[in-house]
Amino acid sequence: MTSLVIAEHDNASIKGATLNTVTAAAAIGADVHVLVAGHNAGAAAAAAAQIAGVSKVIHADGATLEAGLAENVAAQVLALISNSAGNYTHILFPATAAGKNVAPRVAAKLDVGQISDITKVDSPDTFERPIYAGNAIATVQSSDAVKVITVRTTGFDAAASTGGSAAVETTAAATDSGKSSFVGREVTKSDRPELTAAKIIVSGGRALGSSEKFDEVMTPLADKLGAAIGASRAAVDAGYAANDLQVGQTGKIVAPQLYVACGISGAIQHLAGMKDSKVIVAINKDPEAPIFSVADFGLEADLFVAVPELVAAL
Amino acid sequence: MKVLVAVKRVVDYNVKVRVKSDNSGVDIANVKMSMNPFDEIAVEEAVRLKEKGVVTEVIAVSCGVAQCQETLRTAMAIGADRGILVETAEELQPLAVAKLLKALVDKEQPGLVILGKQAIDDDCNQTGQMLAALADMPQATFASKVEVAGDKASVTREVDGGLETIAISMPAVITTDLRLNEPRYVTLPNIMKAKKKQLDTFKPEDLGVNVAPRIKTLKVVEPAKRSAGIKVPDVATLVDKLKNVAKVI
Repeated sequence: MTSLVIAEHDNASIKGATLNTVTAAAAIGADVHVLVAGHNAGAAAAAAAQIAGVSKVIHADGATLEAGLAENVAAQVLALISNSAGNYTHILFPATAAGKNVAPRVAAKLDVGQISDITKVDSPDTFERPIYAGNAIATVQSSDAVKVITVRTTGFDAAASTGGSAAVETTAAATDSGKSSFVGREVTKSDRPELTAAKIIVSGGRALGSSEKFDEVMTPLADKLGAAIGASRAAVDAGYAANDLQVGQTGKIVAPQLYVACGISGAIQHLAGMKDSKVIVAINKDPEAPIFSVADFGLEADLFVAVPELVAAL
Repeated sequence: MKVLVAVKRVVDYNVKVRVKSDNSGVDIANVKMSMNPFDEIAVEEAVRLKEKGVVTEVIAVSCGVAQCQETLRTAMAIGADRGILVETAEELQPLAVAKLLKALVDKEQPGLVILGKQAIDDDCNQTGQMLAALADMPQATFASKVEVAGDKASVTREVDGGLETIAISMPAVITTDLRLNEPRYVTLPNIMKAKKKQLDTFKPEDLGVNVAPRIKTLKVVEPAKRSAGIKVPDVATLVDKLKNVAKVI
């Protein structure tokens, strides 16, 4: 019995979500192997070998894996599983955009069900996962020989990124499917911490009123706190903030030490994405806003007055 | 080129579900049901492709109980040309739905299959990718922009940290993200027209698919509640609480 964690990386380094996934894999109780599938990804593979609790790193390197195309990465994972002669019993992906893209392809090819977004490991075949935007928690049991799992990173602590000394084994890269190709990427340039990895998040809602106001009010607060910026769906739909800043059921799931919600009413879909934060602050002028029901500290005030005041007081 | 669009009947977006007292699931009796919002975006995209002249026929498919007919009628009111219901009372998990859709793909030979990226009830985010694997098609998930030219589609995808564009050869599977389009409001004349459109019904057996669930739900419970916090009178108190009580700044 061995668990295979599919690392999320940028070829140079390992992304934080991989560390939480390793913790979930360790909770299953089996050996933990990590697959680094990429191009010129030696540094990422070396970093994976340092993660505490990892016993082996498999490094597949080739141009076909550079962009992380689902068809090629899935083929790589399937090749490893079939070469392992039944040794791999659990295949774990972080529940990130990349992980969610590939995992079901692997499950379907293996003819097994997939367990999405687990937040707890009860036993090697039984897991907990939120359903209905986190309004219910289901305990589910899989009877399939191989369990394909995506891991909600906020449900597990990050494994230590140092202290391990796993062997790195190389394997041939999967051949190209020939059916899809990478064209380009527009990555939002930002010096801020990544939303899903940030210790503090300041998040703005529709009450900000415009893209200019969103920047004008939220940026100084984020700068002062060294925080990442998030947004509600209403703010993103209205064009005040970029798509990848959306926090909620269908956006990013976050659990920072401090979440400051400014002018966010708190629809259930938004709460689903942030209610596991350690401390929640809500600033809203509507005393009836549902966000106050999950806030540790609620400030009933006009955010255009309160937020600049907060920036000055910090 | 035909487009197949999968639509799921789910508990309406605005309903806050309750966990049943015997912890066997959530109570969906007498609750408003609607089309999964991401699937509505999928239907809209397919219909827009038809209006652009890229697509000749839009076929909506739903798998589940008899009432999924209503969901299909909604899809046809948005503009789908006909509907297919795969009727079963059995609990359908994503792998089973992907197999049913694969059987229909074999039958209908669409150039594109468009699905919502996830259903808002089980929050699985699996079916589109599974279908792509089973049908050996390329996939473009979490789409925020789709352009079809010849036998290729260029799809912009919402990924962590920004946007990514990939080119896929058709036939292919696309799953929709929130910002792909804004579905139109259905008008009364179109609802009336939709009632007359063709709707075929199959059973999973007719398609040779075993839909038995692979994953067993042992129990469903309410999530842990956050203990109610306090209201602070002003910014100074808030800063004091964050520094000295919560110690997070």
